[in-house]
Amino acid sequence: MSERTSRRGVRSSRWVALGAAAALLVAASACSSDDDEDHGSESNDSVAVGQPPIAPPETTGGETITLVTYDSFPEADTSLNDALAAFADQTGIDVEILVAGDAGTMLSKASLTAGNPEGDVMWGVDNTLLSRAVTDGVFDPYVAAGILDGSVTIDDAFTSLVPNGEAAPVDYGDVCVNYDIGWFAERGLEPPTTLADLADPAYAGMLVVENPATSSPGLAFLLATIHEYGLEGWQAYWSALGANGVEVVESWTQAYYERFTWAGGPTPMVVSYGSSPPAEVIFADPPRNDSPTGVIEDTCFRQVEFAGVLRGTDSPDAARQLVDFLIGEEFQSELPLNLFVYPTNQAVDLPQEFVDFAVVPEVSRSLDPAVIDANRSIWIDEWTELVLG
Amino acid sequence: MSDLEVRDVRVAFGDVVVLDGVSLHVASGETVALLGPSGSGKSTLLRVIAGIVAPDAGIVVVDGIDVTHVATHRRGVGMVFQDNQLFPHLSTLDNVTFGPKLAGASKDERNELGRMWLDRVGLAGFDNRSVTELSGGEAKRVALARTLAAQPSVVLLDEPLTGLDRELHDRLAIDLAELLKPITTLLVTHDRDEAAVVADRIVALADL
Amino acid sequence: MNRLPRWLVAALAIVPVVALAVFYVWPFTTLVVEALSGTAIADTLGRPQTWEVVWFTLWQAVVSTAVTITVGLVPAYLVARFAFRGRSLLVGLLTATFVLPTVVMGAAFLALLPDSLDRTVWAVIGAHVAFNVAVVVRVVGSLWEHLPTDMEYAAATLGASRWHVVTRVSLPLVRPAITAAATIVFLFSFTSFGVIRILGAPGTRTIEVEVWRRATQLGDIGGATVLALLQLTLLAVVLTWSTIAQRTHSRALALRPVAPLRRARTRAERSFVSIAAWMTALIALVPLTALVVRSFSTPDGWSTNAWTNLGRTDVRPGLRVGIDPVDAIVNSLINAAWATLFAVVIGGVASLAITAAKRHGRLIDGGLMLPLGTSAVTIGLGMLITFDVAPVDWRASWWLVPVGHALVAVPFVVRVCVGVLRSVDPAMTDAAATLGAPPVRAWRATVVPYLWRPLGVGAALAAAISLGEFGATSFLSRSGGETLPIAIEQLLGRTGTTLQAQGYVLATMLAAVTVVLVVVIEQAQSSRDRAVGT
Repeated sequence: MSERTSRRGVRSSRWVALGAAAALLVAASACSSDDDEDHGSESNDSVAVGQPPIAPPETTGGETITLVTYDSFPEADTSLNDALAAFADQTGIDVEILVAGDAGTMLSKASLTAGNPEGDVMWGVDNTLLSRAVTDGVFDPYVAAGILDGSVTIDDAFTSLVPNGEAAPVDYGDVCVNYDIGWFAERGLEPPTTLADLADPAYAGMLVVENPATSSPGLAFLLATIHEYGLEGWQAYWSALGANGVEVVESWTQAYYERFTWAGGPTPMVVSYGSSPPAEVIFADPPRNDSPTGVIEDTCFRQVEFAGVLRGTDSPDAARQLVDFLIGEEFQSELPLNLFVYPTNQAVDLPQEFVDFAVVPEVSRSLDPAVIDANRSIWIDEWTELVLG
Repeated sequence: MSDLEVRDVRVAFGDVVVLDGVSLHVASGETVALLGPSGSGKSTLLRVIAGIVAPDAGIVVVDGIDVTHVATHRRGVGMVFQDNQLFPHLSTLDNVTFGPKLAGASKDERNELGRMWLDRVGLAGFDNRSVTELSGGEAKRVALARTLAAQPSVVLLDEPLTGLDRELHDRLAIDLAELLKPITTLLVTHDRDEAAVVADRIVALADL
Repeated sequence: MNRLPRWLVAALAIVPVVALAVFYVWPFTTLVVEALSGTAIADTLGRPQTWEVVWFTLWQAVVSTAVTITVGLVPAYLVARFAFRGRSLLVGLLTATFVLPTVVMGAAFLALLPDSLDRTVWAVIGAHVAFNVAVVVRVVGSLWEHLPTDMEYAAATLGASRWHVVTRVSLPLVRPAITAAATIVFLFSFTSFGVIRILGAPGTRTIEVEVWRRATQLGDIGGATVLALLQLTLLAVVLTWSTIAQRTHSRALALRPVAPLRRARTRAERSFVSIAAWMTALIALVPLTALVVRSFSTPDGWSTNAWTNLGRTDVRPGLRVGIDPVDAIVNSLINAAWATLFAVVIGGVASLAITAAKRHGRLIDGGLMLPLGTSAVTIGLGMLITFDVAPVDWRASWWLVPVGHALVAVPFVVRVCVGVLRSVDPAMTDAAATLGAPPVRAWRATVVPYLWRPLGVGAALAAAISLGEFGATSFLSRSGGETLPIAIEQLLGRTGTTLQAQGYVLATMLAAVTVVLVVVIEQAQSSRDRAVGT
């Protein structure tokens, strides 16, 4: 982003600032005494020496690394976590999970801490945010061993998004509006079928979306509407959605688990995933063999998620081993039923519930990453003004 | 014209009885000086009359009306405080016209009245002076003018000449006697000579 | 004269000067220098939303101030004039309210108001008023006490009703204090952050919140910096105006002795006193009560679940919300311990230096006050963008958050200590010197011992400030290192009732700890006053 690069450009100006502080320090202490010259020059010295430290390569074994992730990633007690435990068994490297909020929030933190990260590997930056992560220097480029040696096959459409190996594509799916089938049936109301329908007064107050500034499905849904209505038309559509009582929350877990009628909330439609319906079958208690929620295919936007080594990690070797593991078959096969996304590793067989209930729209919307990158912050600003302002 | 009567007033602060069974009559137009050593309750009696201190027993009658339970601002009792209590945020003239302004006099009316009173206390032309810059004698005269400009039925003066130097004290005592001649006045002092100059009649608090 | 040797004064001065230069002047200068990028200025100032935020910030601050002053004058008069049962309790209660962390006050209003009012500007203004009534009572009340009661009686004998006494005499005379109080309230409302983060909706954002949002959510550091400086400029204008206004209207009232308190005598006075006292107490008590009540309430009735299951934040098996309330308590306590230590060391040494260095001391004193004039958000932002390159890449250092807290707390420690140290009679040092003690020993024997007690008060203040600090922490805390205020804000931002109830539990705990610290401080202060005999 331009702010970041221009910041790098004026980085020398911060030494001007330091100079000013040091000058004040020297002047102030000189007032009371001349005994403190030592100190003034000492602080100047320590700065002049400054070179970015290069982390010494570390040997692995018995160490712990931190996987930074979004808040819909399970911290414990699932087969996904068991898979991570298997990684620890194989390599002697323990993995701690650090939840950093929804994807947008997570990336903002990662940008602000680039070079001095909160963890070692980050999971879950998607194609709508990837370019921001790359520009901000969040990742240390690394092409996974499995991709290099050909033991892991990933669709070119995904790998081409990271031509320099900035991060590894780990999963994909579609962000789509979900609806509560029973809720609509009870009221004898036909669920909407298109984006345009969502602005129909017949569906007033029935949709909850995520804030695109903080949430990646929120951003994906915004992009879907831009894809449909174009650079000039989406604003009018959102004004109509706003007039139709669309509700905005900060994160996907909040939207789905706290607002969606199927999870006990008050709103029968939610921006979620094309793969949310199988999740409902799997978690159904008592068990059921059809999904209680449906997907409006016209609203779907393709989302590809990435994992990468965080620049500035203390354990680059262990971090790389973890990235290798994350695209490996063992871990990838746990993704569908835990995160409800499609694995990028083509060798993985999908579970039956997934095949039966997940919706892969015939045509999923997408936008050119370069266009997204050039406009993301402007769109978010405009959207904020329009919908929340 | 109005007279002032105090009947069987008793004031106690906690266990300390300050006034007990005090009665006093000031005839219309009369100036009475109340003598007594400091701490004897003279000032408290003035405060009872002005309605600042409520008596535990007894009544205050102004012009034949029992005002014991009437609020200070409705009694028509003016009072010059020992330390004047001029309003520091107002000019000298605005201090003097404070009463007339509350009474609803127009700006021209009250300014004319105020200047007349300033003239009568010998401070003509002091209109825009800041009251914080006045000398002790000047401040006392302004306080007096301010009280008289409000046209009270009864005027109370608490040690009006205490703290002024001898020459000023004597001159002001004569001026006071002149100004207060037509007004029902109760004056508190500990100075018998001063009382003799200003008052028609002298009473000692101890005798009441 | 028995002057301390220059080397000792210099050695003392070096600690606060270095701390200030490294952790305040440097980050602040970095902020200013980096903001001078033309595009960031043009982008930010050219965006209509910027001016909407500025306008909102301004008008809500003006309304908050006006309402606070109006509401606060009644208790100010009450406390300055009347002796009544529970008077000191009432003053203490108001002080405690004022010292409450901003997020706690935000949470209390969230708990108190019906959903329809929750995220409106009226909730925000209500919280600002409840917060700041104490400022009016303390600042205006302490001048009003010096206003002679006889002056009010003098007005009454001239025919002024009670209303006219107040409007024509008392209020004009306490006007400098009203201006001062209004300035303080305006500053707090203008730079409001914690309250708005909890109670504000996207349309009700102050500049302070917008700085945070742009920096941390949109990654627009340049824009955030421009806004931070814009805010500082606006504040400087207001402060200058207020200083001039106070100078013009200042009267030597404060030089008069305190007028004695009196008991209400008439029935009207008695009912005024009891109504005013109860209304004021309710302003402080009702929001806090709502907080406690909500921590026990669930849609299914009363329950202690939120207290006993604190830390259970699962939304689905294995899926948590990423905020651990129990961790937040631990983090806050550790941070507060270090921040207190830093603040006490820097503030204590600074106080000795300030009193020893006389003229230059005032310079140090003024310098240490600077962080108070800068918003915490600006300090946090400055530290964030300054300490992110080697060799000063301190973002991950455990001590950065406590240092930020200490920076805000040091001025308070200094105020408490310097006051006491200055009142130590210089003759005592001289007396010790005449008995043959060299200046350093005389100083050590007579001045230094007086430092311990105020330092204890300062420590309690620093702990309270650190526990409640939100603005700087919003920038400096890292994932997993969330403090109580951060966790409260995040939990209350959720819609699930179990999570919200846990937010209220944390807010209740934080409120309780703060109130206890305030009581400790007030007790220590008043026992000191008794000892000194003032």
